Amino acid sequence: MTSRRSLLSHGPLVSRIVAALFGGYGLASLASLAAVALPLAPSEGVLTGMMLSFVVYTGAVIWVFAVRSARRAWAGLAIAAVPLAAAAWTVLPPAAA
Amino acid sequence: MSARDRLRPADDGTAAHPAKPARAPKPPGIRQTMSDLHTWTGLLVGWVLFAMFLTGTVSFYRDELSQWMRPELPAQHGFSTADAAQHVTDTLGRIAPGGPTWYITLPTPRANVTQAFWRGKDRFENGAFSPDTGERVSARDTRGGDFFYAFHFQFHYMPVLWGRWLAGFCAMFMLIAIVSGVITHKKIFTDFFTFRWGKGQRSWLDAHNVLSVFGLPFHLMITYTGLVTLMLMYFPWGMNAAFQTPAQRAEFNAEAFPAMAPAQRSGEGAPLTSVAELVRRAEAHWGGTPAGRVQINLPGDRNAQVMVSRQDEGRVSTSPAYQVFDGRTGALIRSVDSVKPAAETRGVLYGLHVGRFADGMVRWLYFLCSLGGTAMVGTGLVMWTVKRRQKLPDPARPYFGFRVVERLNIAAVAGLPLAMAGFLWCNRLLPLGLAGRADWEIHGFFIIWALTLLHALLRPAKRAWLEQLWTGAALLAALPVYNLFASPRGLAQTLPTGDWVVAGVDLMLWVLAALLMAIARRTARHQPRPPKAAWRGAATARHAAAPAREEVAG
Repeated sequence: MTSRRSLLSHGPLVSRIVAALFGGYGLASLASLAAVALPLAPSEGVLTGMMLSFVVYTGAVIWVFAVRSARRAWAGLAIAAVPLAAAAWTVLPPAAA
Repeated sequence: MSARDRLRPADDGTAAHPAKPARAPKPPGIRQTMSDLHTWTGLLVGWVLFAMFLTGTVSFYRDELSQWMRPELPAQHGFSTADAAQHVTDTLGRIAPGGPTWYITLPTPRANVTQAFWRGKDRFENGAFSPDTGERVSARDTRGGDFFYAFHFQFHYMPVLWGRWLAGFCAMFMLIAIVSGVITHKKIFTDFFTFRWGKGQRSWLDAHNVLSVFGLPFHLMITYTGLVTLMLMYFPWGMNAAFQTPAQRAEFNAEAFPAMAPAQRSGEGAPLTSVAELVRRAEAHWGGTPAGRVQINLPGDRNAQVMVSRQDEGRVSTSPAYQVFDGRTGALIRSVDSVKPAAETRGVLYGLHVGRFADGMVRWLYFLCSLGGTAMVGTGLVMWTVKRRQKLPDPARPYFGFRVVERLNIAAVAGLPLAMAGFLWCNRLLPLGLAGRADWEIHGFFIIWALTLLHALLRPAKRAWLEQLWTGAALLAALPVYNLFASPRGLAQTLPTGDWVVAGVDLMLWVLAALLMAIARRTARHQPRPPKAAWRGAATARHAAAPAREEVAG
């Protein structure tokens, strides 16, 4: 692939790929944990979280490549992670918290 | 499609207005980035996805294929699940008495034997049994259609967990490719009705679009639900946090799978009650739906328990629906008829993916849509090379990446069907007494596939395509002919007796052979379009370019 076709030079591109692959998975995992905090039976929350995680992952990857810069990509993921992490914190077992 | 082209810089690298001072280039629009994302996610895993799609497609008929691959077993023309359960239970009582657990899979209209597995002296044993007599039946050692089914989500020659992770990785890429493909597709509805024949890249693009857009609901569904089937592995974090102890885990598992509480062996012997009777009672409870599985814990013990699960056909959801009986008295202990909403949703999503509920026309539609999805991936891969061939500075010596993609395309798109046909031939030709015969059929599949890759590397590209497509077609077409003479269930036997399970496979092999032939003929007629450089230039250059065009088109 000729890089002149792509207006992203390599550094930001690598950053976005990392954000998509790993940041996206992290966000989806957080979402699956956060879903357990929903006012449902625990098994229901767990299953809901799992089913939604792929949607979150997809959304995160599209976001990462749709925004104007790698920085915005990471910022968006971080902002989305905050409420999810807060909810996830409440369901972590006492030993891990 | 000019909108997309406008977003790209000119191919020769010159700015549109060289006189203006240089400024920071405009960031690419979302359709451009989504187009790039679509191409990359599709290309990086496209060959694996093609293999997953094609083997997944044939898996909708895996039971039929398994019967075709064990032609020694007689066709089933009606059986009773209750009697089949009783017969095999009696047999297991003789060959595996006191086994801690017997797992029985009852026959269906598609599967003509009762399957069972149990813990033997030191390892698990399994076997196939006649639904009519319960006697063990023997057929050639083969994985049957289950090989393609297992391959499509866990591949082979690697630990199953690795295979499932790889499948999930590729499926995630597929999901991104679908979503980015939709975003980039500006005139998705107009293009739905557009197909330009014989225009090189445009035709490939239109074929790719039609296959993708027509089947979009299916492709999106099958990809997402495929991920859901293995979601406990991919995103276990919530489950691990919420269910710490084994007891809690067991409770959670009961939401997704039928489960019996582990029984305590009392040591006192007691005869097992009539399993046929229990199956009949359960089936009556489900309004006549046949039972699919029977599990017997501690047969012959006082604390024996029998769990009867309903078959997958008749409802979309695969969520647990079963009854547990006391093995000695036959009293109903527990009846699970529904699960909570999220668990039921999971059951439906899982059921939509495996499509076991579907029969007749709906299963056909599943098969056709899935074949369309396979073609979508294949045309996408081919389009990558068609598009870039036009831009090659020297078509006779493409750059390394192009060559890699071109050759892998051949081995994946033409080589895989050839190898699958080869697998069926191995099933027919390998000696019946061969040790590890089932494994050798599979080795044969991979050896043939590897040879197609070698062939693709050694031959000129177009010749390689044609030779592999024609060979695949020939192998497929010859199979039913071979069966006529050499198989106890060839067309000469199956058509008169209405044995459609196996006759259907034979006929389908001919249909698929015809499909490959049609693709081969289309490929033979295909001429690569001349590079765009031959078209650029003023009207005066057109005459000069004409001989050049003839040169490169040859």
